[in-house]
Amino acid sequence: MPNILEVNNLKVYYHTSKGPVKAVEDVSFSLAPGERMGLVGESGSGKSTIALALMKAHKYPASIENGKIMVGKTNLIDLDEEEMRKTRLKEIAMIPQGAMNSLNPVKRIKPQIMDALIDHDLKLSKTEKENFLTKLMESVGLDYSVVNLFPHELSGGMKQRVCIAISISMQPKVIIADEPTSALDVIVQRQVMETLYEVQENLGAACILIGHDMGLMAQFADKIGIMYAGKMVEMGTVLDIFKKPKHPYTRLLIDSLPDTNSKRDLIGIPGIPPSLLNIKEGCSFCLRIGQRTTSKIPWVKVSKNHYYQKCSKCSNYGKSKKRVKG
Amino acid sequence: MGSLLKAENISKEYVSGTFIKKRNLALKSVSFSIDDKTPSITAIAGESGSGKTTFARVLAGILDKSSGVLRYQDKDINHMTKDEELNFKKEVQTIFQDPFEVYNPFYKVDHVLTTPLKKFGMTSSKSESDKMIISALEEVGLRPDETLGRYPHQLSGGQRQRIMVARAFLLRPKIIIADEPVSMVDASLRATILEELKNLRKNHNISIIYITHDLTTAYQVADNIMILYKGQVVEAGSVENVINKPAHPYTKLLTDCIPRPDPDQKWSKTSGDISVKSRVIKGCNCAFCNLNEEKESFTEIYEFKKNQIVSCKLKKKMKLCPDNEISKYFVKPKK
Repeated sequence: MPNILEVNNLKVYYHTSKGPVKAVEDVSFSLAPGERMGLVGESGSGKSTIALALMKAHKYPASIENGKIMVGKTNLIDLDEEEMRKTRLKEIAMIPQGAMNSLNPVKRIKPQIMDALIDHDLKLSKTEKENFLTKLMESVGLDYSVVNLFPHELSGGMKQRVCIAISISMQPKVIIADEPTSALDVIVQRQVMETLYEVQENLGAACILIGHDMGLMAQFADKIGIMYAGKMVEMGTVLDIFKKPKHPYTRLLIDSLPDTNSKRDLIGIPGIPPSLLNIKEGCSFCLRIGQRTTSKIPWVKVSKNHYYQKCSKCSNYGKSKKRVKG
Repeated sequence: MGSLLKAENISKEYVSGTFIKKRNLALKSVSFSIDDKTPSITAIAGESGSGKTTFARVLAGILDKSSGVLRYQDKDINHMTKDEELNFKKEVQTIFQDPFEVYNPFYKVDHVLTTPLKKFGMTSSKSESDKMIISALEEVGLRPDETLGRYPHQLSGGQRQRIMVARAFLLRPKIIIADEPVSMVDASLRATILEELKNLRKNHNISIIYITHDLTTAYQVADNIMILYKGQVVEAGSVENVINKPAHPYTKLLTDCIPRPDPDQKWSKTSGDISVKSRVIKGCNCAFCNLNEEKESFTEIYEFKKNQIVSCKLKKKMKLCPDNEISKYFVKPKK
């Protein structure tokens, strides 16, 4: 099956007075229809910047320096603002982070959903509108009566489902979910994730789930891309990443996850991620553990669909149990 | 056996509105105590609105309770002398959720460390206080020369939260109340902060009350756990029992919804229906099973197992626990 989304060598920099902050550096990945990818990384690793860049919703001082974002046969980079408006929601849609604050508090839900239809010149009669809304709300597990309510009358989970409803209203081919459940309780989190799973499955859309909760990734994603300091350092199927992590950051991240099978010492990842301001070429994980490499880090293929950036200096870091605290 | 901190039937009611009073019972007669001999780590878990933060604040003496008695070293905190109160405030320390809001951006981070030392009159000279601060920072794994003299915005969230742990430790407390200390910290740094909390117990005999909604970290860190729902204790006991063999339908629902970081343990395989209705036990009117809002739900607590109590009828004959005293059923922490 041909890929629905292809991102090639995407570079997004924030231009500051002190120099460029290289938030996304040479990131490439592709998604087939119906495929779910998780994008994992800590705060400041560039994962949300990727989401904004894919929607071309990034704002000054961010700019896309280089790369291709192919949705079907169109390259989003070449589109002007007007064409991009038509593409958003119809081809590529985003579920924002923190649904609590993304709905307009002084408007009822209905006009907020219909906004999208009006903007995309979809003219429906009154009964058609009603049918459309009933179906849409049903698909996210909400009652039709919700459309006549204000956001403050809804719970967090309901608000997030309304956001999912808006994002799928034009049946996009790619859905980007940026930490869709970060402020929700476990039970509501599971309900929202299952809703997202269902609508995505029904639409046959590709989905990118952004977040740092590895538990959610294991539950939801087919494949996972690990972001570190603006670069993608490892990419593989869920099983590859969880069972055979190769990059030291991935390995330490998997090791640091708590489970409920047995009590053990919790081991975090030492150091802090490097600043992305004027970052030089080389392995960025080495910077965290106090080493220096300047050469370009090659991609190494482990198996089909499993790749990682192999740095000769740090790839075995932390394999022995003894780790420096810091 | 004496108790260090003892809460007896604590209730808290929030009242809002000027003319038409709206009452919201956030805590319903919760009792709980911390032993003064062996330091323990107790987790308090529940969804948002379950009253866990309210309970933490009442225990820390930040928030006044509506009814009940809170005793610190067998003295009612409402009838303490000035010195005793100062001692209580020094020995019970709190770490809050948000490592960004607790700092004043105009001050260097040193400020949050030097102020409490001065206020509690713990040091007489600057060199002594510097020494204490440096050792506290090293205790939580921060390098003092890289931390002191900086402004909050120059540090990461994880570092800031570790400074808060250092601040709490600096005052040599007996109890640390940590209200969701890692929920706003990156996954890679979470483990480090939790491990530091565990070390404070191990090396310095500090009891910890760990408030969280994340049951997996609660399992790793704590000896015992209590689950709150609508301001009531619905289940409590050792973490092994409560998290791995939950009895109460609400706790079962919670543990079924944990996103387990293991692709072999997917939700679809581990559990079925997650709607509240499918989990309710008919004929029981505990806080969870009682769907009729007008009917008062019961607050009795039953003994389910040796180290597990539950507030639900469960269609099973169980012994009633006297005085709602749940700490008796907690496991003794291993040193």
